[in-house]
Amino acid sequence: MLILLSTLAGGIVAAPSAATAPLMVTIPAGSYAPLLRSTQDSPQVAVGAFLLDATPVTNAGFLAFVTANPKWRRSQVSRLFADSSYLAHWAGDLEPGASAPPDAPVVNVSWFAARAYARWADKRLPTTAEWERAAAAGYDRPDGRNDDQLNRDVYAWLARPAPAVVPDARTARPNLFGARGLLGLVWEWVDDFNTALVTGESRADSGLDRDLFCGAGSVGAKDTTDYAAFMRQALRSSLKANNTTSSLGFRCARDAALTPAPPP
Amino acid sequence: MKIPRLLPSLAVAGLALAAALFTATLVRADEGPAAAKGPVVLTPEVLAMPIEQAILTAPPQVPPPFKRTYSARVVVNLEVREITKRLADGVEYTFWTYGGSVPGSFIRIREGDVVEFHLNNHPSSKLPHNIDLHAVTGPGGGAASTFTAPGHSSQFTFKALNPGLYVYHCATSPVPMHIGSGMYGLILVEPKEGLPPVDKEYYVMQGEFYTTGKYGEEGLQSFDMAKAIDERPPYIVFNGSVGSLVGDKALTANVGETVRIYFGVGGPNVTSSFHIIGEIFDRVYPEAGLKLPNANVQTTLVPSGGATVVEFKVNVPGTFILVDHSLTRAFNKGALGMLKVSGPEDRVVYSGKEIDAVYLGSQADEGSDSAKRETELKKQIAAEIRANPTIAGLTKEMQIEKGKQVYMGLCFACHQPDGKGLPGAFPPLAGSDFLAADHERAIRIVLKGLTGPVTVNGTTINSAMPPQEAVLTDAQIADVLTYVLNSWGNKGEAYTAAQVKAIRNENR
Repeated sequence: MLILLSTLAGGIVAAPSAATAPLMVTIPAGSYAPLLRSTQDSPQVAVGAFLLDATPVTNAGFLAFVTANPKWRRSQVSRLFADSSYLAHWAGDLEPGASAPPDAPVVNVSWFAARAYARWADKRLPTTAEWERAAAAGYDRPDGRNDDQLNRDVYAWLARPAPAVVPDARTARPNLFGARGLLGLVWEWVDDFNTALVTGESRADSGLDRDLFCGAGSVGAKDTTDYAAFMRQALRSSLKANNTTSSLGFRCARDAALTPAPPP
Repeated sequence: MKIPRLLPSLAVAGLALAAALFTATLVRADEGPAAAKGPVVLTPEVLAMPIEQAILTAPPQVPPPFKRTYSARVVVNLEVREITKRLADGVEYTFWTYGGSVPGSFIRIREGDVVEFHLNNHPSSKLPHNIDLHAVTGPGGGAASTFTAPGHSSQFTFKALNPGLYVYHCATSPVPMHIGSGMYGLILVEPKEGLPPVDKEYYVMQGEFYTTGKYGEEGLQSFDMAKAIDERPPYIVFNGSVGSLVGDKALTANVGETVRIYFGVGGPNVTSSFHIIGEIFDRVYPEAGLKLPNANVQTTLVPSGGATVVEFKVNVPGTFILVDHSLTRAFNKGALGMLKVSGPEDRVVYSGKEIDAVYLGSQADEGSDSAKRETELKKQIAAEIRANPTIAGLTKEMQIEKGKQVYMGLCFACHQPDGKGLPGAFPPLAGSDFLAADHERAIRIVLKGLTGPVTVNGTTINSAMPPQEAVLTDAQIADVLTYVLNSWGNKGEAYTAAQVKAIRNENR
């Protein structure tokens, strides 16, 4: 389902064309058991149905964005919104180059940049609950924890160092909902990344003077064998909104209730 | 349309602006964590200290001892890098390292130093990391202040209050996985008075690796959380790989030198029984507490997340094997290293093998000719002895004496000390025609007992004699019968134990 939009909002010009806008898939309504929660939160969070990009945003897609929005180009972006490693793997402001193939997920982008792209595309970033709900599925079943092949792929990815060139997003196998590469391709920004309830001192998070529970294997964590979830949580906790890393990209979401605008 | 979450981004932007106003150090503050508090305001006393850059060494080398006798401000720059390299022959693993090695760089500072610590997470890293140094007094041992995303750097300052040898390690969730991927090392805080000088100092650290494959299974291995939780590591190694201290990578020393080993256990789980085969630790600082050394220790227990310092003089040349004395770890999992000592021998201290001779055992095989001949000769001697009347006579006399002791301890109760028995109750033995008539019958009676009427010397007695086969040995029965048949007017031959045995086994 291709969504063609044309939007004019303050400072945002033009919109992604059919060639660069990723397909979206429907993630049905369900629930998400947060890995970490305070004693006041319920153990299950209801997640409504929503649309999610089938693949992360690619270098080609991001190129269209910075072409249309000069203030997000590497040489022009403010350091408040992206640190000095922003798009470091690109050859130039408007040239991704050999280290950034067009169909590979874009990395070295900050949360501010990801949100700006999403707004430009008339989308938004998924929330942690939405993203984790979509990523909870296995290749062929609703609960990925029982999917041996998925677990093998995830842990194999965690065991390898970050590659110099991120592989093509379409090489990833789709999960039950049709989303590709949620696990095992790049880390992904979420809208509420900084509500992750950890400090840098992961052992103290289980201390009695806090309502928060954390730490591998401690009481309160949803599933202590799902250590990939701990690692995602740790990664999100270590980031600030203007940070970029060579393994961190993003994909966009939309509310399911929105009807697509007619094509121009 | 969902209302965008503006508040977090505004807060971050505001803090970033404020942070940008501080003087930059190595890290641009507006790029750092929002929780950064800004550079510490140092007291005049600390500002007066000279500044030095810490010398960091890769294992097994150790930075040199301090010559200075005053405190300094030490700048430590420790880089975290995720590197794929050899765990064992044909086996690769993606190690997460401090300074590119497992264990990480050795840090040497002095009691009272103020350390400006920079943890730099290389941009190629996939994961955030931090550091907990057991030498640090403060939250997380530094972990709370060094949580660093890839491509970023964190700085914090601490004062080395306590001397000692301390472990440092990563404390990012899941902690056992970070430690189990090689994120540990040692930091030495030299006491103000320094340590006694030695000729060689070395750095060795033990740790486990929990791989999905079995020990030796080739290829790039990944971390197995189930094995880690169950504490079933396929690999337990010194200095990050199998054979890291073996062969041409062995530690070295010369005869007569003193060696000090800073030995730590990174874990994440198992303790170590550290021992050097062929050496005794002249001095051990248990748990690396430098105040009260122990002397003459063979094997010292090192806790997980702990360390020890051992010192010893090498007296003779050879290869001395470092092991965890839980020995399947040494021989089957890789916890084995070598110390090669060269120099002149001292054969009085240790001679090596002096003699290798043939040993036949305490009993030669029955099958050997010599043993056969020996057996034959023994038989001949026995036959000669039996045939010799003098010997036979003396033997009989001895049997009579021994038999008398048996009789006077047992039989006398019924048959009386004078062998006359009790009329009507127990038959006499003295001058008994019954006994004289049948040599063998007497044996049978003593062994099996006798009930019913017997006629002895014309008198019949109907009584019961209990069997003695369970009470007397064959030799004792032979002796007592010899006594009886040669006492109180009886004249008879000697009885032999063989005769008694034959009758005892009659009906078997």
